[in-house]
Amino acid sequence: MSEKKEIDDRFKKFGTVSFASVTKVNDFIDFLEKDKVMGTRCKDCGVAFFPPRADCYQCFSSDIEWFEISGKGKLLTYSKLKYAPVGFENDLPYCIALLDYGDYKIFGRIASNIPEDKIELGMEMKVVVNKLPNGQLNFVFDKV
Amino acid sequence: MGKVAIIGVGQSAFVRGYPGSIRELAFVGFKGAMQDAQVSVKDIDASIICSAPEYDKQRSPSGVFAEYFGLIPQPTCYLESLCSSTSMGLRMAYSLVKSGLHDIVAVVGFQKMSEISSAESQERMGRGADIQWESPFGTMMPAYYAMFARAHMEKYGTTLDDLALIRVKAATYGQINEKALFRKPVAVEMFSDPDHFMSGPVSSPLRVGDCCANADGSSCIIVANEEKAMALCKKPVWILGLGAASASVNMTGRDLFTGLAVARDASQQAYKMAGVTPKDIDVAEVHDCFTVSEIMAYEDLGFVKPGEGKELIRSKETYKEGSIPVNVDGGLLSKGHPIGATGGSQIRTIVLELRNEAGEMQVKKPEIGLVHNIGGVGLYGVVTILGR
Ligand SMILES: [Zn+2]
Repeated sequence: MSEKKEIDDRFKKFGTVSFASVTKVNDFIDFLEKDKVMGTRCKDCGVAFFPPRADCYQCFSSDIEWFEISGKGKLLTYSKLKYAPVGFENDLPYCIALLDYGDYKIFGRIASNIPEDKIELGMEMKVVVNKLPNGQLNFVFDKV
Repeated sequence: MGKVAIIGVGQSAFVRGYPGSIRELAFVGFKGAMQDAQVSVKDIDASIICSAPEYDKQRSPSGVFAEYFGLIPQPTCYLESLCSSTSMGLRMAYSLVKSGLHDIVAVVGFQKMSEISSAESQERMGRGADIQWESPFGTMMPAYYAMFARAHMEKYGTTLDDLALIRVKAATYGQINEKALFRKPVAVEMFSDPDHFMSGPVSSPLRVGDCCANADGSSCIIVANEEKAMALCKKPVWILGLGAASASVNMTGRDLFTGLAVARDASQQAYKMAGVTPKDIDVAEVHDCFTVSEIMAYEDLGFVKPGEGKELIRSKETYKEGSIPVNVDGGLLSKGHPIGATGGSQIRTIVLELRNEAGEMQVKKPEIGLVHNIGGVGLYGVVTILGR
């Protein structure tokens, strides 16, 4: 009998429902568990990626390093959902949004404790790690 | 190398819960186009079957359809680019014919969405976005387009009433299109009446009335080379311009949130190939999966400058009698949106318009028409320009 191969499926912890489990950027989950949201940067040409990538399309290098998302981004746009796809019903209502950090953008949710009438396009927000009630991990945009 | 024509068009009625299998549903559109073209299955050299995958139990529907249609042993294949599948299919048919490989090619679009629930369908459609990084947040198509609506309203002062006006126009023509799913009149007031279903929130700022509905349907386009078209067809409609583009699937890779870059890119290519400008377009079909999509399309296609889309609908210039009639068949908002069949239905409408056979929907003597068909959230954009 050959030994059973261990599958690195850490990514299944991402989001309310994850649709991927195996990826070369699985370390992203370890960072989330340490309260860090991380992107990747190509060590050869310096381009920054969010969401993190294992491969650079500019120079085809796969020599990447992690960097922490810090500081503030500007809210580009958002929408508050009244209906949800299968598996997300218990999260309703929630806002999906896009934050602009200049060199890169981040797609995520707005923190659920921010009422919709306090949300304005262009406002500065920061990204923070969020533990979901079902034990999964994601990140949300919070007031600075 | 000669020109390439459309010599036949057909579509099924777009309905909820089609009482038949996918091959039977697809046959309706195919039969319509074949009878319109007055050709036999022996004349068809190849078929391209288009839809968005994952709605059917049947894998690889192309072989099943070819058999049911009597198109065996000719080559067939399956093609998908989500909601723009049939327009992409037409582009591929054009190149097969233009290259001389085939004389006549059938492009068949279909979708039977009613087999699964609306929530399941939203989940499937949501997975037309980035499943690794976006879907885990609980995304769905209306929410993405709502983000574009929000950005457009903020930057240009487009209002919720402007969005409602798009739906009112769609309903005006949905009432006279016997193939349409939604055939009732709509008034702007319904959107501010909390008791009316049209005003119900879906994903802010979009309401029920801002969204098109799922449907079952099929469509078919018969494409021929110049020699065959001249021999077989009294009123060939010529493919004058083709444009197609893609954009980052993840919203983080986009720079434009007040329009669709793919529509701008694809339309520029199509105008250039056809040697025309937006002013030359006499009638257009645009991908109004949501009300805001049509306003963005006016701008992305260059009918007006960015931000001025609202003026076009306020002044009714996109009505049948206006300077640039758009979606005079009711659009996706009235017809319903059976994903893989939608592009073929749009193309059919423009072909009928150019042949002066659109009945009550006919605009005055159009020479050049345009089809704007989008896949996903501006992930794929296909623009086709047709002429008499
Ligand atoms: Zn690089």
